[in-house]
Amino acid sequence: MAFGSISPLVACISLLVAWGAIGVFGLLRPASLQLVRRVLFPLGALVGLGLAVVAIASIAAPAEQQVLPIGLPDLPMHLRRDALSNVFLFLLGAASSGISIFGAGYFRAGEGTAPGLLCLQYHLFLASMGFVLLADDAYGFMVSWETMALSSYFLVTTQHRVPDIRRAGFLYLLIAHLGAIGILLSFGVMQGGSWQFTFDAMRSATLTPTWASVAFFLALFGFGAKAGLVPLHVWLPEAHPAAPSPVSALLSGVMLKTALYGVLRVTFDLLGDPVWWWGLIPLVLGLFTAIYGVVFAAAQTDMKRLLAFSSIENIGILFTGVGLAIVFSGVGMTAMAALALIAVLYHAINHAFMKSLLFLGTGSVLHATGERNLGRLGGLIHRMPWVAWLTLVGALAIAGLPPLNGFVSEWLLLQAFLSAHDVPRSFVNMLLPLGAAVVALAAALAAYVMVKFFGVVFLGQPREAALVKAHDAGWLERAGLLWLAAGCVALGLMPTQVIALLALVPERLGIVDAFPTTSSWWHLVPVAGRQAAYAPLVFLLAIVATIVITVALVSIFYHRRSRRSAPWDCGFARLDSRMQDTAEGFGQPIRHIFLQFFDMQRELPTPFDRAPQYRVVIGDHFWRVIYLRLARWVQRVAEAVAWLQQGRIATYLLYSFVTLLVLLALVL
Amino acid sequence: MTSLHWVTQFIEVLAALVSAPLFVGWINQCRAWLQNKSAPPLLQPYRGIRKLFHKDVVLATHASALFRIAPYVVFGSMVCAAAVIPSLGTRLPFSDAADAIALVGLFATARVFMSLAAMDVGTAFGTLGARREMLVGFLAEPALLMVIFLASLIATSTALPAIAEGLATRTLALYPSLAFTGVAFLLVLLAENARIPVDNPATHLELTMIHEAMLLEYSARHLALMEWAAALKLFNYACIGFALFLPWGAATGDVPAPTTLLASIPILAGKLAVAGAVLALIETVSAKLRIFRAPEFLATAFLFAVLGLLVHLLLGA
Repeated sequence: MAFGSISPLVACISLLVAWGAIGVFGLLRPASLQLVRRVLFPLGALVGLGLAVVAIASIAAPAEQQVLPIGLPDLPMHLRRDALSNVFLFLLGAASSGISIFGAGYFRAGEGTAPGLLCLQYHLFLASMGFVLLADDAYGFMVSWETMALSSYFLVTTQHRVPDIRRAGFLYLLIAHLGAIGILLSFGVMQGGSWQFTFDAMRSATLTPTWASVAFFLALFGFGAKAGLVPLHVWLPEAHPAAPSPVSALLSGVMLKTALYGVLRVTFDLLGDPVWWWGLIPLVLGLFTAIYGVVFAAAQTDMKRLLAFSSIENIGILFTGVGLAIVFSGVGMTAMAALALIAVLYHAINHAFMKSLLFLGTGSVLHATGERNLGRLGGLIHRMPWVAWLTLVGALAIAGLPPLNGFVSEWLLLQAFLSAHDVPRSFVNMLLPLGAAVVALAAALAAYVMVKFFGVVFLGQPREAALVKAHDAGWLERAGLLWLAAGCVALGLMPTQVIALLALVPERLGIVDAFPTTSSWWHLVPVAGRQAAYAPLVFLLAIVATIVITVALVSIFYHRRSRRSAPWDCGFARLDSRMQDTAEGFGQPIRHIFLQFFDMQRELPTPFDRAPQYRVVIGDHFWRVIYLRLARWVQRVAEAVAWLQQGRIATYLLYSFVTLLVLLALVL
Repeated sequence: MTSLHWVTQFIEVLAALVSAPLFVGWINQCRAWLQNKSAPPLLQPYRGIRKLFHKDVVLATHASALFRIAPYVVFGSMVCAAAVIPSLGTRLPFSDAADAIALVGLFATARVFMSLAAMDVGTAFGTLGARREMLVGFLAEPALLMVIFLASLIATSTALPAIAEGLATRTLALYPSLAFTGVAFLLVLLAENARIPVDNPATHLELTMIHEAMLLEYSARHLALMEWAAALKLFNYACIGFALFLPWGAATGDVPAPTTLLASIPILAGKLAVAGAVLALIETVSAKLRIFRAPEFLATAFLFAVLGLLVHLLLGA
């Protein structure tokens, strides 16, 4: 589609630059909250909306390139827009416009960083994510990638006076850079001796199978670190809760997807034809990550940490799909590879909406109550009906319930798994379908987690007296939540339309000639020739019709009388809010069943304690086994090297002299 | 789709609505006989529901709208599930709207709403019941999904009509994989429908109950809908079982003859009668498990389902 004489790529670039400009405007009056809230954030939301519209309108347009004379003298910045970029640009624009509108109502005075500076960091973060998606050479990609990492680091540490938050930010930065090294090395391998670092050169470079595998696994490591793939996930549950809620929403909802984009770009575009067994690694890691994340989510008592672990679960599901797509594509089952890829893209968009919605919901709760601990919340559906009902949409969606969007992508993934048995590799084809069992288990556990999350925060009785004073979110916050909730519903009800657009991606990447489109606009058929269908609109209408008819019949034949009274509770009269299940209690069965997953320390009271205390600390095995061990090892090496540091100028002169001698010896 | 298909669809939903409480009554009857008790009348469940519809609703003071919506959502989900499951005929107009995976999703929707409603009033028993229900659900749901997944693998489709017809028209042979998943399905059926050994529909003992604990705060029409929905759920599960493991007798083919359609009604009734008796027998000979043992029971179901899948993949049978 043409936008007058402006190409879609130019339109995208201008919008991203506009984001940057909005950020710089924030610096004009850094202390002015009004400017940021009333003008800049709504403008940013508009830009996001524009980006989403451009991305969706131009998804079918052929790929286009642009060279910007920015950067080092001989290294201009190459940019390229194709269907894959468009999908992720849409995700970025659509999710961020909801988040920005919410942010316009959310940010308050006296919360860490000055508003103007925050505005700069926030919009720079958005723009850099956009440039990551458009970059067409390694330099541009890495510069955008690092800008993204740094700006988000500053956003995470908005409340930098809290030591825990500083620590979380540092851990995030550390692992982000570990990952960046992997990505950089992967690009280094992929240029294949041409020393041209444009993506075009990488596409045309021919690598030996060994080097291609090296490049793939380096990229998987690098992007996996950004995405939070186990065992590189430890930063995620620290950093995401530390940030202000709109930033958490951006991190979980959008930034994790840039890592997914990177994996897809490298695997299916830059490397070209992936080898089938590569897929097994992300598949297995993804399945493990999914279970690991959701089990830990069930055990959390902090609502934002719970959501962060749920993001780890979803990343696991996404990488499972990526692995499946690679296996299918490697063995030549192109239609199934396309299906798996569509499932991944669909789930990525879904997760952007659902998880942003939930994080923003927790932000409203946090502002209204000042509480993140699930043990001190409850009953907020009465005080904050808007936030509660809109969050419920997100919770049901992420629990994978029809007819909302989370179900559609899980359905597609399971459909893809159904064909895994046809992979022409013996033994592997017998084990692959078992992945469906793990996905099903993770999805069912996600429902458990979401019932816990929503039930403990919004339902029941308030666990603290102060909660009675909680107020509902302002209209801007509501608008942001409403936008994301509407996205969840729309994506759930219109799968055929969404898939028709997403199907362009595997088509343009050359995985499949043309993805078989579905027979009618309202009902979805995964693969031509296989009978299976899902029509969410009919589905929803049927349930609504049943409900309406039931209500009507009941009121015609009987009556609608009702009255209020104290709860029955088996006749127990002195009910108080502390008798409800706590968040810990709700997670207890999961802790019990998946005991081996946790590094748990418990202090239980004895019956004779005067002041009984119950304490449980849930740790992560990976932290102790890998990270602490690594840290000790680094420490030991550092100490060993430390004897070089004598602190006397004469010694250092000696070092210089010896170095000089060695160099001379080498040269001569 | 001809009008005959719509008639089948209509009869099927109506049959499910009407005969679900009867099925529960029949199970209670059989169980009473087996346990040497005098049985309640066969139509007792209808009377219970009718009585409840006449009563005034008593809502807890701080029950939210969610609490009032939930019974309708649960009931609606179960009616839709009944519309999808091929019990009388396989070609149902509505079966295009939801396949086997969506069917599991429907059950999950009902469960989540029920659990949320149980947490809404904020009583000790309600939240306890919700937690236990979700505990049962998170193991039973994937087990059910795996059972269906296996059937889908055999039929190479997740569409319920294709599965039922594929299984009904295949040559009669013993499928070891189906035997494994049959066991898994039976365990899931017991757990999901709050039967012994996971839950006991006959008692109100606070510390052990699951399903009843969630319904404690419900009264009158809400309770009636919840109980009717529970009966429908049992009926639906039985029908899924027939479709997967005893698919013979339902009207198959693109244009089923009206006579086969008529014949399928007594066949379904016969199957239900036998299934009810078997369920009553199981409930009579087994004891209720401690709640802490329920995860083991369900994990067994899940493993049986996975084992069935593995057997199918390894042996192709």
